[in-house]
Amino acid sequence: MTSLASIAASPPGSFDESRRTAPHVTIRGLSKRYPDAVIYDRFDFDIPRGKLISVFGPNGCGKSTLINMIAGLVPADAGEVLFDGRPLSRVKFGYVFQNYREALFPWLPAFDNIAYPLKVMGVPKAERKQRVERLVARLGVKIDLSLYPYHLSGGQQQLVSIMRALIVEPEILFLDEPFSALDYEMTLFMRDQLQRVFMETKTTTVLVSHDLEEAVYLSDYVLLLSRHPARVVEFVPYDAPRPRTDKTLSEPGFIATKARCLKLFQQEVRRG
Amino acid sequence: MKIPNALLPLVGVAMLLAIWGLTVALRLVDPVLLPSPLATFRTLWEGMLSGKLGVDFLKTVMRTISSTAIAAVIAIPLGILLGSSEKLYRSVEFLIDFFRSTPASAMFPLFLVLFGVGDRTKISVAAFGAALVILFNVAYGVMNARKTRLLAAKVMGASRTRVLFDVMLLESLPQTFVGLRNGVSLALVIIVVAEMFIGSTDGLGQRVFEAQQLFDMPGMYAAIFAAGALGYTLNLLFLLIERRFVHWAGR
Ligand SMILES: Nc1ncnc2c1ncn2[C@@H]1O[C@H](COP(=O)(O)OP(=O)(O)OP(=O)(O)O)[C@@H](O)[C@H]1O
Ligand SMILES: [Mg+2]
Repeated sequence: MTSLASIAASPPGSFDESRRTAPHVTIRGLSKRYPDAVIYDRFDFDIPRGKLISVFGPNGCGKSTLINMIAGLVPADAGEVLFDGRPLSRVKFGYVFQNYREALFPWLPAFDNIAYPLKVMGVPKAERKQRVERLVARLGVKIDLSLYPYHLSGGQQQLVSIMRALIVEPEILFLDEPFSALDYEMTLFMRDQLQRVFMETKTTTVLVSHDLEEAVYLSDYVLLLSRHPARVVEFVPYDAPRPRTDKTLSEPGFIATKARCLKLFQQEVRRG
Repeated sequence: MKIPNALLPLVGVAMLLAIWGLTVALRLVDPVLLPSPLATFRTLWEGMLSGKLGVDFLKTVMRTISSTAIAAVIAIPLGILLGSSEKLYRSVEFLIDFFRSTPASAMFPLFLVLFGVGDRTKISVAAFGAALVILFNVAYGVMNARKTRLLAAKVMGASRTRVLFDVMLLESLPQTFVGLRNGVSLALVIIVVAEMFIGSTDGLGQRVFEAQQLFDMPGMYAAIFAAGALGYTLNLLFLLIERRFVHWAGR
């Protein structure tokens, strides 16, 4: 009662977003089947606000299908997904594909690639330029954005993809194995770039990863899925302070969390 | 002996000229049938600069370009339309493949009836052949647009028309240029054949044919080389345009 009263008493517009604790995305009764398998059968889940969650699970269990259904790329057979009670059509979101080579537009320089979503929204040219420049400054990106994507390295291209997803100031960001096509060194670098982006923007982020170390290292929670039909095996929290660094990887908390996830994962795989 | 890579293509040319010159010098072939390279290229040079050959060359260029242009204007929009709907394309695919496989030269009599003896017949048969080639390539280019790229545009909220113009159209450009290059080559073939056989008074085809009839061998070879140079140049021209506008192709 007291909290209700205090909210009611505070002047309109002064509500502190960070105190909001209701889930950001509510998934209810989500079902999806393909001719040869039921991938989801009345799946329920809540995605917390302002957190980075990783989705981890056996090969082919439906990780991509999950975020694609949430993001509207794949139609669900049944169920609903609401963002603060609103449907997807009223939500600005960003999506980063695994295959950056095929996701960027090779006929546009990197800068115009990043600005493209704003163009679609009808933002005038001068403002587009300003907003891209602001984002670049904010993320401390050091890439020559006048280059075409095919002149950038894989990591740089994926960074451009991420910026293209962020330019609309999305309330939620989806990434489907964004670094798995990069070499190891670049992957390490990009993890820290993503962490930086997250710390900077606090955007609710859903990351599909096939690398458990990466999943734990980056996230506030790891969503462990079972084989299909996918259920939530466990929603494992990991609350080490950010920025996390190489040192984090050898801390007991990290090791314990990773071991726990691995154990659950192996149990799940053995159940076959 | 080390030859710089840039000069390698010239090696073949030099070899051909050497063999040709030697054949003539040793009188291995009747000199009436095979004039010397020098005589041939002199005829080519003089014919192009001041003689009738230059006029014929320009005529053939004009016809080839007009038929390709007509073909492109019709086939590119149509190809985009067909390619953007898989169903639509599948329903006319057989027709396109059938007429694409029909030798365009078999259409001459029909077009003669329709347009009479003259430029209109030549240009329209060539345009017909080229249009089918271009149409097929454009439609395929549009249909094979990368799924991820289309999805990416969709996720960003692009409407269907925007996806068509901002993504599909550009995605299909490399394939469109393949179509244009094949189309212009085919148009040239058809135009030259038409100039030879359907009552033409000018053009490279007519020039080759007439020289042969008059037993003017240097003139005939000169006209053949002029036609070859034309075909090569047209192809090169389209390649250069493609490099300029489709800088991302193949990367
Ligand atoms: N279009 C489709 N038609 C038929 N089956 C499909 C289709 N898309 C996905 N599947 C199947 O649905 C299951 C889940 O696919 P999904 O791509 O979501 O898995 P994933 O967990 O992302 O796998 P991965 O680890 O390989 O990325 C897989 O078994 C896959 O074979
Ligand atoms: Mg996947």
